[in-house]
Amino acid sequence: MKGQSLKIYVVLYLVFLYAPIVLLPLFAFNSGTVIAFPLQGFTFGWFIEVFTTKALVEATRNSVFIAVSVAVLSTCLGLFAARAATRYDFPAKGGVVGFVMLPLVLPEIIVAVSLLVVLIQAGLSTGIWSVIAGHVLICTPFSIAILQGSFANMDKSLEEAAVDLGETPLSTFRLVTLPLVAPGIIASLLICFTISLDEFIIAFFLSGNEPTLPVYVWGLLRFPARVPVIMALGTLLVALSIILLITAEYFRRRGLRRTGKRDVGGFL
Amino acid sequence: MARSFDLGRFLRRDETKGMVLIAPPFIYAVLLLAAPLAAIVLFSFWTQDFMTIDRSFTLSNYREAFTDPLYMELLSRSLRISLSVTVITVVLAFPVAYFVSFYVAPERKSLWLFLITIPFWTSYLIRVFLWRVILAYDGPVNGTLVGLGVIDEPLAWILYSANSVVITLAHAYAPFAILPIFVSLEKIDRSLHEAGRDLGENRVMVFLRVTLPLAMPGVLAAVLIVFIPTIGDYVTPRLVGGSDGTMIANMIQTQFMRLNNAPMGATLSVLAMLMVGFVSLLMILGTLRWTRGGKSK
Repeated sequence: MKGQSLKIYVVLYLVFLYAPIVLLPLFAFNSGTVIAFPLQGFTFGWFIEVFTTKALVEATRNSVFIAVSVAVLSTCLGLFAARAATRYDFPAKGGVVGFVMLPLVLPEIIVAVSLLVVLIQAGLSTGIWSVIAGHVLICTPFSIAILQGSFANMDKSLEEAAVDLGETPLSTFRLVTLPLVAPGIIASLLICFTISLDEFIIAFFLSGNEPTLPVYVWGLLRFPARVPVIMALGTLLVALSIILLITAEYFRRRGLRRTGKRDVGGFL
Repeated sequence: MARSFDLGRFLRRDETKGMVLIAPPFIYAVLLLAAPLAAIVLFSFWTQDFMTIDRSFTLSNYREAFTDPLYMELLSRSLRISLSVTVITVVLAFPVAYFVSFYVAPERKSLWLFLITIPFWTSYLIRVFLWRVILAYDGPVNGTLVGLGVIDEPLAWILYSANSVVITLAHAYAPFAILPIFVSLEKIDRSLHEAGRDLGENRVMVFLRVTLPLAMPGVLAAVLIVFIPTIGDYVTPRLVGGSDGTMIANMIQTQFMRLNNAPMGATLSVLAMLMVGFVSLLMILGTLRWTRGGKSK
């Protein structure tokens, strides 16, 4: 009885969660230029326009370059931090790790304006590289959270066995540790890529005259006639995110199987 | 034997290894987070006249921020909106986390969590924009309500107001609230419920006296994770807020990008950070007190 009404509530909640995303493809295939009901005819035109708008393609290229760099750099930093946090004790550990995790809860606008101020004062120009620097800062905590899970799930005795059998610390890391945390690394790369690709505020402040995709989309939102193109773009991005997430989830589960642990939850 | 400093042994010590490993991410955070935050604080004590920055120490920005009703209104409105978003998001999220933790079979839990997190990974900008479509005067919400005869004419107050900002942010931060609550519910020993029931408590009392106090760490985490970033949200107030829903982040952006008054922008950022920090601290202390009080009973 109680479970039943709760279930109805949860279904309604999911409707609320999915409401905007369900609308996206509706408007992307709608031939009318106004984003409102009732819908007009069916068209692929907006999708074609996505691929033929030069500035959009350019912004996408910037975003993908940034997202790939951010994914690699954050995951490297995340590996260092997660390894240190799960395996070793050192002075002020809680404070140090907490500080590295801080961007997770800091309003992004604060991160964005403070970086902007420093860059301007240092006389540096903003652009792709400064967006990468800002995104690495906010993505590293996510990477640490994911990789900490991987390292914590790993059986320490496996590494000790390798050392006892005559492997050097480096070859132990390469032959034993790395393969075991590899699924976590892939999950971290994908999550950081997705966060960076979607991040707006830092890119808005720091991209200068090299707009990322969200910054370009933000500019387009002011022109009602261009909005259907954004809907088509959004549909493609949703499809891409879902594919990336399913891949990340697949690797995370494979990792759990490899370390012989039971599945206890999602990414975070 | 004399105990001389042994470099090799020092490097092999676990403590050293840990510090060496944590050094790169830590140094990165110091350079790109601590230093810029310090710069913002410094800036808030300077002034700017067109493009030149006057580096003499002054409190005039703070004086202006505290006396100008616009700044005060934006700060208090941001706090108000952010607190409403937090309460609504966490209250709406709790039953969902509870359902997934207590009613879903263990092997299907991660599928449910996955289902809940998917919308969160889709373009934030576009999601917010779509709320503008949903809440519009001629949008689906008004259309349905009029169609059902609940209201006679479309509601105008649900778009371009603080309400639409609250709805949109409650949507955007839903997974952030659900996940920590879920994690803390998962940690609760199920036999405690049976014990509560065996001792004659009814379901509601078991929930209030066992489940809720034990879930408080997760609820507190959810509250903080929603409250802190929402106060600095820029996109939502800009797209769906209208003039009544404008928040402090919009003013900070205006100061930096439009008015070329970086020191005033910095001052408002510092004030926003202090406000967030202070309220968060109150929440943490309040929760600690409440759970301690509960235990001593």
